[in-house]
Amino acid sequence: MIPISWYLIVAAALFCIGLFGVFVRKNAVGILMGVELMLNAVNINLIAFWHYHTQVMANPPQISALVYVAIVFIVAAAEVAVGLALVISAYRRRQTVVVDDMNLLKG
Amino acid sequence: MSGLQIIFILVAAVTLFSALMVVTVRRMMHAALWLVLALFGVAVMFATLQASFFAVIQVLVYIGAIAILIIFSIMLTQRVLETSGEQIIRNWWLPALVALVLFGLLASALSLWRGFGEQLVELPAGVENIPALGKALVDPAGYAIPFEVASVLLLAALIGAIYVAIDRKEKAK
Amino acid sequence: MTFWSDPFTVVQQWFNNLLATIGFGPIGVRIVGMLVGIVILAVGPMLFTIFLIWVERKVISRIQDRIGPNRVGPFGLFQPFADMVKIFIKEHITPRGADWLPYNLAPVLAVAAVLMVWAVIPFTVTFFGVDLNVGVLFIIAVGSLGEMGIILAGWGSNNKYALLAMFRSVAQLISYEIPLVLCSLVPVMLAGSLNLNDIVKAQEPWFIVTAPATAIIFFIVSLAEIGRAPFDLAEAESEIVSGFNIEYSGLKFGMFYVAEFLHTFTVALIFATLFLGGWRGPGAEQYPILGFVYYFIKVGVVYFLLMLVDGTLPRLRIDQMMNLNWKTLTPISLAVLVVFPLVDKLMAGSPTWLRVLALAGSNLLVLVIGERIGTRRLARAPAEVGSRDRPVARPENVLSQPDSGAR
Repeated sequence: MIPISWYLIVAAALFCIGLFGVFVRKNAVGILMGVELMLNAVNINLIAFWHYHTQVMANPPQISALVYVAIVFIVAAAEVAVGLALVISAYRRRQTVVVDDMNLLKG
Repeated sequence: MSGLQIIFILVAAVTLFSALMVVTVRRMMHAALWLVLALFGVAVMFATLQASFFAVIQVLVYIGAIAILIIFSIMLTQRVLETSGEQIIRNWWLPALVALVLFGLLASALSLWRGFGEQLVELPAGVENIPALGKALVDPAGYAIPFEVASVLLLAALIGAIYVAIDRKEKAK
Repeated sequence: MTFWSDPFTVVQQWFNNLLATIGFGPIGVRIVGMLVGIVILAVGPMLFTIFLIWVERKVISRIQDRIGPNRVGPFGLFQPFADMVKIFIKEHITPRGADWLPYNLAPVLAVAAVLMVWAVIPFTVTFFGVDLNVGVLFIIAVGSLGEMGIILAGWGSNNKYALLAMFRSVAQLISYEIPLVLCSLVPVMLAGSLNLNDIVKAQEPWFIVTAPATAIIFFIVSLAEIGRAPFDLAEAESEIVSGFNIEYSGLKFGMFYVAEFLHTFTVALIFATLFLGGWRGPGAEQYPILGFVYYFIKVGVVYFLLMLVDGTLPRLRIDQMMNLNWKTLTPISLAVLVVFPLVDKLMAGSPTWLRVLALAGSNLLVLVIGERIGTRRLARAPAEVGSRDRPVARPENVLSQPDSGAR
């Protein structure tokens, strides 16, 4: 079978790629996509640890990780819904989605 | 090397490559399509971890809802069928450095964990206990309160998103 | 005798023995068996579609007082083959400026998304692709892959009409996915499992008896998901240019066409599995082949109903479609989801017939009340589309819009 380290390394790499995306993207939607990648990396880790703990100790069933993953899903959905609504609203007022141009408070 | 390991390496390579494309590619629409591929790779990884419930939920929620929402908003916020200018900030090497350093830190920190080198063995069938998960989510002694808070958050996000995104131009007339 | 009662297991064992005698190990036998199963489950429906197209054309033409295809073969039975040959020998066209990979991937995804549903359907006791423990969720998730196919087609075509049609189609599909999910949760609750095999085994009596209103809503929503007649406004051929697939021709268009027909039949499969008891029937457990026959009779009935609705009902307007979904179907489905467990809990100690009666009664009551409330609100405030004082099609209005510039 697969060593758990592989999953952890892939998740870490995915997280760092997402972080890079959040830093470098100019487009607000692009930044949201980076955040999605980071959340997915977290989920991989959670499920990998769930598998590991289940194989170490199957009884009682290990539920906490699964609940955590479910809540991460919910939060991701909420975050995307509100984030994209904000982006569309900002686009309607400022005709741009580039975050550098959203400088209304700059004075 | 077993067949499952080869599958994992392929899936991981596809996922990481498409994740890189998500953050670097010029056209936002292509970035969104690469994001779909990356999310699908993550779903396959869940399946290799025998979490078939969350593999399916991943496809349902991320590809079926979130990715489509992202694609829609890209199309709504872009002049249709046209690429705008540079999509990445000019000195991108600094974030790249930060990400690489963070990756090194994470990897070294993880390798200190005592279970790092262990193999994941195949679990017996039926170990992904969906009825137990469902009961735990509504059990007051279990996770009822976090679950309720999360659902209230979802409802608030739903209403908030509608309120923020609604076009009030019509009413002003 | 065993062959006639259960040909599937017999053929499978014979095939496995054949592979073993050729010299495959146990893992090899399993892998080859899986591959052959995938090929059968993928090619079988595609060939079946050819027959479906003929049936559909015949039935629709009977409804419209026509004869339908009658030139090629007996009763025009080979007409789809002639069409197939025509489609196969057409040129493969990729329009200029199209996004090559999404454009060519979209038809494949559209067909694959439908075929993947067949992998989890239990056709009879012993014959199913995968015994997946999250079968219902899998069906819904695969449906969202079909939406991705539509998005890719609309975007990749580099055509604004395709893009707009894609928006229409996907908005409709996403909206109707909500009552679809809510309604498919009711059989899940009744059976206590997401596994389609368990759901079929738990149907004593059929769930259409226990939850008639949910079955009706599921049927309506299925019509919307496949884009059939009352809900075919996204690609209404008599009013607008056709849907997201206008830039497709030849084999690529053929794949969308096949996906559409197969989707209709697949929806009938899902409906029969969730609400009509799947392969259940007298003697189906002892003789699996009987279960197969029962199943396809039920599916045929549902498919015929779908065709009848397609052939007879007029098209909805877009605001009517959205109102129906968001103001009637979704609230009723939600209310059913709340009322159902309550009634079930109240009726916990009573005999089965009383429990079924109470569940069905509560279900229908919710439907009637919800429908009353929904239609009363619609009657009070008739929706108005467009504008009276400013008809949009006149050139001076289009050219001199007061707020068309930048704000």
